[in-house]
Order: sequence, then C-alpha cells, then structure tokens
Amino acid sequence: MPTKIEKDEISGQQTTGHEWDGIKELDTPMPKWWLYTFYATILFSAVYFVLFPSVPFVNSYFGGILGYNQREDVARRMEEAAAEQAPFMQRVAAATLEEIRGNPELLTYAQIGGRIAFNNNCAPCHQVGGAGARGYPNLADDDWLWGGRLEDIHKTIQYGIRNSDERSRQSAMPRYGADRILDQKQIGEVAEYVLSLSGRAEDAERAARGAQVFAEQCVACHGERGEGNRELGAPDLTNAIWLYGGDRRSIVETIYNARNGAMPAWEGRLDAATIKMLSVYVHALGGGE
Amino acid sequence: MQKASPASPMGYGMDAEQPYIEDVVRAFVAATVFWAVVAFLAGVYIALQLAFPALNLGLEWTTFGRLRPVHTSAAIFAFGGNALIGTSFYVVQRTCRAALWGGPVPAWFVFWGYQLFIVLAALGYVMGYTQSKEYAEPEWYVDLWLTLVWVVYFMIFIGTLIKREEPHIYVANWFYLAFIITVAMLHIVNNLSLPVSIFGAKSYSAFAGVQDALTQWWYGHNAVGFFLTAGFLAIMYYFIPKAAGRPIYSYRLSIIHFWSLIFLYIWAGPHHLHYTALPDWAQTLGMAFSVMLWMPSWGGMINGIMTLSGAWDKLRTDPGLRFSVTAVGFYGMATFEGPVMSIRQVNALSHYTDWTVGHVHSGALGWNAFVTFGALYYLVPVLWKRAGLYSTRLVAWHFWLGTLGIVLYITAMWVSGIMQGLMWRAYDEYGFLQYSFVETVAAMRPFYMIRALGGILFLGGALLMVYNLWRTAQGHVAGQPAARAATVQPAE
Repeated sequence: MPTKIEKDEISGQQTTGHEWDGIKELDTPMPKWWLYTFYATILFSAVYFVLFPSVPFVNSYFGGILGYNQREDVARRMEEAAAEQAPFMQRVAAATLEEIRGNPELLTYAQIGGRIAFNNNCAPCHQVGGAGARGYPNLADDDWLWGGRLEDIHKTIQYGIRNSDERSRQSAMPRYGADRILDQKQIGEVAEYVLSLSGRAEDAERAARGAQVFAEQCVACHGERGEGNRELGAPDLTNAIWLYGGDRRSIVETIYNARNGAMPAWEGRLDAATIKMLSVYVHALGGGE
Repeated sequence: MQKASPASPMGYGMDAEQPYIEDVVRAFVAATVFWAVVAFLAGVYIALQLAFPALNLGLEWTTFGRLRPVHTSAAIFAFGGNALIGTSFYVVQRTCRAALWGGPVPAWFVFWGYQLFIVLAALGYVMGYTQSKEYAEPEWYVDLWLTLVWVVYFMIFIGTLIKREEPHIYVANWFYLAFIITVAMLHIVNNLSLPVSIFGAKSYSAFAGVQDALTQWWYGHNAVGFFLTAGFLAIMYYFIPKAAGRPIYSYRLSIIHFWSLIFLYIWAGPHHLHYTALPDWAQTLGMAFSVMLWMPSWGGMINGIMTLSGAWDKLRTDPGLRFSVTAVGFYGMATFEGPVMSIRQVNALSHYTDWTVGHVHSGALGWNAFVTFGALYYLVPVLWKRAGLYSTRLVAWHFWLGTLGIVLYITAMWVSGIMQGLMWRAYDEYGFLQYSFVETVAAMRPFYMIRALGGILFLGGALLMVYNLWRTAQGHVAGQPAARAATVQPAE
C-alpha cells in the first residue's frame, strides 16, 4: 500500500498514511495529561531513589539519605514491642503459677496472652477453645490424662508427652494383639469387660471372662476398677469419655494396636512466660483443678 | 479465494496463489475454547475446595496443592497461550499480506507441540512432578520440549514478518514479537536446571536462595508483562479497530507506550519480594519501575478506548466488541492497582493476602479472558465463513454473567484480602496479636463462597459461548431453521 495521508472526518486528525488489512492509524498527539503523569512518576522514582536504598555498587550500595534499613527497622520494631510488653511479661516470668492465678491483673493478662498463644500453637490439634478432636484430648472438661492442676498442665506443656525429650511424660500401652500378648478371643472378652465399665456390655458371661484378663493385664495401669492413673497417663475407662472412640470396634483396635499419642515439648519453642500463660489459660478453660 | 470477509468490510485479500493458512488458526481457536472451559472449571473447583475442604477428597492427586497449578497453567498457558498463538498466526498473515512462513507443516507442529506441552505439564502436576516455581512448575523435560516448540513458533512469526508485502510492521505485530522473544528468554533462564538423571523427572535449579527467588519473580512478573499484557495488547490492537471500523487513536502514543512498557516492565519483578531477604536497593528498584509503568500501561488502554470514538454506537449492536472494550477497562483498573500494590508500604498490607489473588483475577478474567472472548466472537464467523454469530443475545448473556462473576470475585477478594491483612497486623492493648491465624481463615470463609459463586457465573457464561460458537461454526442462526441458515455464505 502506498502511503496516503488522509484526514479523518470524525476526529479531524490526519492518518499516518499506513494501512494494514483495512486498519489505519491517526496521528493524534499523545494526551498531555498522560505525558505529564508519566513524567511525574519518573520524578517520583528519582526522588525515591535519592531517599531510599537504591543504587548497587560492587560490594555495597547507596543507602539513601533517609538511612532506611529494613533489617534494622524490623529489629527495632521487635525491640519496641518487647519493651512495651516487658513490665507485665517480667512479672509473669517472676511469679509462680499460683501467684498469677491469685492476682486478677496478672490473671487477665495471662489469659489474653495464653489465648493467642494457644490458638496459634495448640489449636491445630486441640481446636479453638480446647474442644479437642479424636486423638487430641478435650482440655475444657475435667477429665485429665496427666493431671489437671496448674503444675501438671505446666509440666505437660513444657516437656510434652511421649517425645524424644527425656523429661517428657512417658508411658506405653502394650500392643496386645499386634505383639501376640493376647489372642483374638481374649481381646474380644476384655473389650466386652471395658464396655461393661460404662454399663454397655451385651454379654455378661463374656464380660466376666474379660474381667479376668483385665485383672492380669490392665489393672497395673488402669487400676482395679478401671479408674485410670494420672501418673502414667492411663485413662479412666469408666467415665464414658473416649479419646479414640468408645464403640466396640474402636476399643478392640485400641487393645490390639495401642495408641500412645504424642505431644511435642514446648520448652525451647516458646519462652517460659508464654508457657506459664498457656498453663493458666488451659487451666481456666473449664476443668482446672 | 476470499477477497473480503463479511466482518471486515475494509479488508482486502492477498494474491490468490498465496492463500492465508487458516486451518491451523481454526484449530487454535477450538483449543482456546476447550482449554478455557478446563481452566475455568479447575478454578471453580479449587475455589470450592477453599470454602469446603472436603472436596480435596483425601487423595493426593486431587488436593488443592496439585490442582492449583493445573488451574493457573490451564488459564495462562493453555487458554491464554492458544489464544495468543492462534490470533498471532491470523493477525500476522493479514497485516503482512503474507502466508505463514514455512507453510502449514511448522504451524501444525507448533499447534500439536504446544498441546503436548500442556498435557505433559498438567499430568506432571497431578502426579506430583514440579519444580515448585510458580507459573514455571513443569520439570526439565517439559521445559525442553516447550523451548523447541517456541523456537519454531518464533521462526514462523519472524519469517512471516520478513516476507511481508506491507512496507511497515503493524503495532499488533510489535507486541506479538515482544511477547514471543521475551517469553523465550524468561522461560530459558528461569528453567536453567540440572536433572538428577536422564530418566528421572527431578532436577535442581541453577540458582539458589534469594538469587533463585529473584530469578523466579523476574520470570513470574514478566510472564504477566509479556505473556498476559504485551501479547494481549496485540490482540486488542487488531480486533478493536477491526470490530469498531475506526483507525487507531494515536500512532505516536502506540510507539511511546510500546517502548516504555518493554523497557520498564522487565525491571519490576522485585516488587514480588518486598520485605524478604532481597536487598533493600533491589526492592526499591522493583517498586520504582512499577510506579513508572503506570502510564505506559495506560497508553494501551487509551489507544483501545479512544479508537472507539465515533463508533460508540457499535457497542449496542456488537456485543463481541463490548467484551473487548470492557476488557480494556479492566486492564486499566488492574494496571493502576498493580503499581499501587507495588509501593512498599501498601505491599506491607497486601502481601500474601487474597488482595493479590483478586488483583490477578481482575487482570486474568477482566482483561485476558474478556479480550479473548471479543476476539473469538469476531474470529469464528470469519474463520468458518459465516455471515454472523448464531446468537448475539447469547453473547449479551455471556457478557453480563461474566461481568457479574468478575465483580463478585474481585470485590470478595478485596474485602477478604484487606481484612486478612488487617487481622494479621492487629495487636491488642496488651501487645498481643489480636487474632490467631485460624481466626483469620475462619473470617475469610464467607468470601471464599462468594468468590466461588463468581467463578461459577463466569464459567456459566463461558459455556454459553461454547454453545454459541459451536452453532455458529455449524452455520446455524438462532430463530432460523438450520437447513436454510447453513446456506448463508460470505459473498465471493
């Protein structure tokens, strides 16, 4: 197509004279506001380059005349935040658990700090509010595996349960089926007996045979009446509260394979004051002793 | 030989002995429509997964983590990529008055090679093979294959430009060429890696630590810049003036905004790494170039919208054009929002939140998808030699469903994202965090549901388009008996 500059009737602008597949172009000047806004953003960037860290050299960079440094900035903000919290945090760190509970001001503080620490660290297993889930105990009721006094809760949080920390709470239920300690028939019988402890046995004779097995194998930890033992984290089998399910199938599975749930040690992950606040918070969820 | 298609009254054909290659363009159009549905469906599904986690189905192949790259790759590379390659083959031939360089064989190689790339990539994601680089997830063997396909694509495009019959190169082709060359460069550099073994999928990146992060976001941001912006501006520069029947508003603006866009975009990637291990000076660089990018981006919007002056009435009669023009509006909005979000202090709030997700989708749904829909509604009647679309009423329905879907999507993500950012940074009077992470997730759930609803509307609109385009290709016209309508042919 030869170049043929025309005048566009509608806009009054001239075309450039080019044409492609019927498409022409107008030679309209660039909009002034567009151009000046573009210049303004360039100016803004130039000023920003002077004020803030911008130009790199071989082993360093131009730091900007405002002296902004992101690492220092975040460190300073963390320090400021810690300093603001320091008066209360130091009091929490210095007080005993009972002292915190006895002081309304400290208690309020610990409850608030404990709640957020709980929701960010514990809620994934124990759920918000400590409602618990299958395999993760409810912390809002008064049934405790390892004790519900402030110091019991504190120790559990500090060192955890059945983990590699040697101070963690330890105990292990044998795998009665998997390790061939009991046969299938005996497991069925002892399950029947365990069901009878919460009044749900269907076969009294079978339960009676199970009671014998229970007396030989289970009483050492779960107690003569199945009332449990907090020294060993052995659950009470009479109260119809079940960590892994209380139906016959779940109970048989528990006896066969054992469960032995674990909890991490929080000492080293959270500071001492936070663990104290968590203890106070969990204690106050509903079942603290 | 077709001398003038009915939809392009000002168009003129080329020498009869050198016809345009259109079969492969038709294949690309069909693939674009197919992958659009796949991409939108995958998007709706993973949006529902966020609202209803049970939809992860407890299977490794159907978890959010594996389906999310299926969605993004299907949207960007399958739907967007087929639209870009297909329209570029169409546009470059007509604006150069030359058939594709090399004839049909290399063009068909690009078509099937590109589809194979998509399928290999998607299978890899679902099976768990990934380099864990966002938008560059495929492992080394898929990357090598795409490189081969892309080189052939580049040769076809540049070859056609070289043998053109027109004295000048049309602006759409500048943008297509920038897209092809830059994507090649980004793809090769970001995917430099060493495979663990020749028979294994696993490889290790050539970069480590913050260098790897910066290379990745140099790639990631320019995938937005050159794939989703420059490439789709090329589509806009051809289909808006063709559909509007008006000359491009300003040639000078197109030159300045093209070169400033190309020059500035490539530096903007570091804004994805604010407040990370990336050195302060590199963050400043990314932010400043993003702010300067505002007007160069808007140059394309001005040229798109102002080209309609004198032809605004066509928006009433041509719903396809309505898509293209609305797309330019969303483009303008997203390219303003982008520079704002790149400012470090704004980014402190927006980073890692749903706001980013909303921003991306105002671009992807509002700009990329809408401008592609406009091009498809223009192309299908022309390519299948039909007098017009099966139904313009269905196009109007598609337009309103799609627009409503986008509005629901992006407003839900604005609210959810800003709320999320504010909740993360809220402290109480004692200096403790006010909200735990789970509480922020719980607060976002209603907005996840609204977002999914927006996605369903958008998908519904796209399904109307599939039906409409299918009937159009068949030669049907709504309200007319099929047999009679099928005889409607363009004038020879």
